[in-house]
Amino acid sequence: MVQVKSLADLQNLKASLQNKLELREKGEKADSLVQIKVAMATCGIASGAKKIMEYFMNELEKRSIGAVVTQTGCMGYCYAEPTVEVKLPNQEPVVFGYVDLKKVDEIIEKYIKNGELVNGIIPVNYETIDDNNK
Amino acid sequence: MHLLVCGGTGCRASASDAIVGKLQKELDEKNLQDEVQVVMTGCFGFCEKGPIVKVLPDNTFYVQVTPDNAKEIIEEHVIKGRKVEHLLYKDPTTKKEISDSKHMGFYKKQLRIALRNCGVINPENIDEAIARDAYSALAKVLGEMTPEQAIQEMIDSGLRGRGGGGFPTGLKWKIALSNKADQKYVVCNADEGDPGAFMDRSILEGDPHSVIEAMAINGYCIGATKGLVYIRAEYPLAIERLKTAIKQAREYGLLGKNILGTGFDFDIELRYGAGAFVCGEETALIHSMEGERGEPTFKPPFPAESGYLGKPTNVNNVETYANIPVIYLKGANWFNKIGTDKSKGTKVFALAGKINNVGLIEVPMGTTLREVIYEIGGGIKDGKKFKAVQTGGPSGGCLTEKHLDTPIDYDNLIASGSMMGSGGMIVMDEDDCMVSIARFYLEFTVEESCGKCSPCRIGNKRLHEQLDVICKGKGTKDDLEKLKNLSLVIKDTSLCGLGQTSPNPVLSTLDNFYHEYIEHVHDKKCRAGVCKDLMKYLIDNEHCVGCTACARVCPVGAIAGERKGPHTIDQTICIKCGACMEKCKFNAISVQ
Ligand SMILES: Cc1cc2nc3c(=O)[nH]c(=O)nc-3n(C[C@H](O)[C@H](O)[C@H](O)COP(=O)(O)O)c2cc1C
Ligand code: SF4
Ligand code: SF4
Ligand code: FES
Repeated sequence: MVQVKSLADLQNLKASLQNKLELREKGEKADSLVQIKVAMATCGIASGAKKIMEYFMNELEKRSIGAVVTQTGCMGYCYAEPTVEVKLPNQEPVVFGYVDLKKVDEIIEKYIKNGELVNGIIPVNYETIDDNNK
Repeated sequence: MHLLVCGGTGCRASASDAIVGKLQKELDEKNLQDEVQVVMTGCFGFCEKGPIVKVLPDNTFYVQVTPDNAKEIIEEHVIKGRKVEHLLYKDPTTKKEISDSKHMGFYKKQLRIALRNCGVINPENIDEAIARDAYSALAKVLGEMTPEQAIQEMIDSGLRGRGGGGFPTGLKWKIALSNKADQKYVVCNADEGDPGAFMDRSILEGDPHSVIEAMAINGYCIGATKGLVYIRAEYPLAIERLKTAIKQAREYGLLGKNILGTGFDFDIELRYGAGAFVCGEETALIHSMEGERGEPTFKPPFPAESGYLGKPTNVNNVETYANIPVIYLKGANWFNKIGTDKSKGTKVFALAGKINNVGLIEVPMGTTLREVIYEIGGGIKDGKKFKAVQTGGPSGGCLTEKHLDTPIDYDNLIASGSMMGSGGMIVMDEDDCMVSIARFYLEFTVEESCGKCSPCRIGNKRLHEQLDVICKGKGTKDDLEKLKNLSLVIKDTSLCGLGQTSPNPVLSTLDNFYHEYIEHVHDKKCRAGVCKDLMKYLIDNEHCVGCTACARVCPVGAIAGERKGPHTIDQTICIKCGACMEKCKFNAISVQ
């Protein structure tokens, strides 16, 4: 693995990683790649997030949909676990709560395939440090 | 086009289901069902003005919508593209309508600093963290600042410890720097013992690199090359993620020798705790890490003078650390503009209890309890009445209606008889008995007292017994006076923070809910119906038809009476299980 030996190294690494992430979002496969994040902290896992993540991976593959499924930490909506964020190419991410296997089906068939939202969206109710540049 | 209708508990209570139905019907009638979809969402955090309907993609935000408005929304907005003005939100100060939710600045009550990466990055992949600025602050501090300058920045930011006490972080570092020694230590307190608090766990599980980076900065500032994380063994996932993160940081050379070519060495090890509350206290924590009993010792000496293995040691909390990298990247002057005069930045709270949106929230200091409970938390469950909110865990107190508009910060909470603590926030409604709540916390303290000093070991035990007597209906008014005196003595004479704060739940409930105590000792009544011994099951002769159902179900044979004749309950035998009341088909049995 590369070693980060200086400030310049870190900046280069950061730039290339940001590029890579951006490519994943806007690159050549941008028309087809869907990004899915499953909240997998203790609260999420306790409500079955692992199963949801596996199911997503298997089903997307079975239905031949190009997607990146990753795990992430707690989004804070513990009352609505398991929670999943879905980002369609060139669109704002959407968070779904109370996701069960049936909901996964619905999300894939309706939202991912046709862009139709489905019940159970959790509206973003916070500001990030990037918005807060006063 | 999408019509988002809030399906949160608050809006649902004011008929958002019916709105969905009406909207759908209108769409069907106009044959628009394929172009426009109606979707139910979770709470927008704007329940006060609910039900909410939001239109995408133009972000129009309608408030206080009724089912009768559905037609208007479809005909005007959807078909003609004109906003329905009278349903828009009016800015309370300018009285102007705001149509686009992106401009409703106040609507976003939460600001995520400590939680900035939680739920955003994959915590097991250092690359994602780096792409979101991880280790840039470390690079900046190592490359551009002397330890003194970096500490000054921390002092200027106004950051105070998030582990409970609220001690200024920069000042703590300055003291640790000034103590000379051949070896110093940086310790991250991840013991998180408050029942109900889980923000530290979530940070470690969601963004471990922010804590690692901040510890390294801390090490550079005070001259320490070793970091230790004291974490409770019952957090296996947090431990796993932290280990993975440390390993990845080492592989990149962001931990270890000669970090970023600056000659600075720093590495981190984990130490496991067995989950005792007192081990969150810094001196007890240090003893526990040394392999000694987890008992506090008298301060001074403070850990900054003589801590782990007798060396100068700086202890900070997980959430404190999570704030630090951003402060260096955005500057102390960015951070100290957020929050109140003496409490800067944000605080993470774990919202729990009788509240609709249980979860983790992060708000700027100075947000009021009302905003937290009603706007972010979605209000009280099942439309019940708010009674109290407990902050600060077993060291804190219960705040009431009259405190709802107090801006939350360290000093205001203390002035109101509670404290910030680590950020547990438990909401209580009319069904909670405040005497029982006080007893619950004392039960916890009695269990967790290390027993080293007698005021805490014996005093809390006596407090608990006294509360138990009151809950059983055997207390007198004199007992209330005794409770208060004993509480004050325990606070004044205990050795460590545990004992010094353990009577707070008693004192604050005595202050704010004295009438409930009086009801318990004088009227022998528990208005919330929690204290069983104060309840009486009675059979009403007028309604009792003598079906004998209750007598058959009573597990202790407390009910007597002839078939077809009125039944009675012998109060000396009854154990108040409630089985008879459930069984009676004629509503003849009531509880008092
Ligand atoms: C009984 C008791 C329990 C404590 N538990 C914790 C804890 O679980 N986590 C924590 O960070 N601090 C806890 N503290 C506070 C620590 O002693 C210490 O003040 C804190 O870790 C310092 O970090 P900070 O300045 O970043 O808040 C506790 C204190 C007492 C008296
Ligand atoms: S106050 Fe309680 S926990 Fe603290 S040292 Fe005394 S006995 Fe132990
Ligand atoms: S409350 Fe329980 S114990 Fe008392 S009379 Fe009814 S069934 Fe018997
Ligand atoms: S905004 Fe609808 S329930 Fe909170």
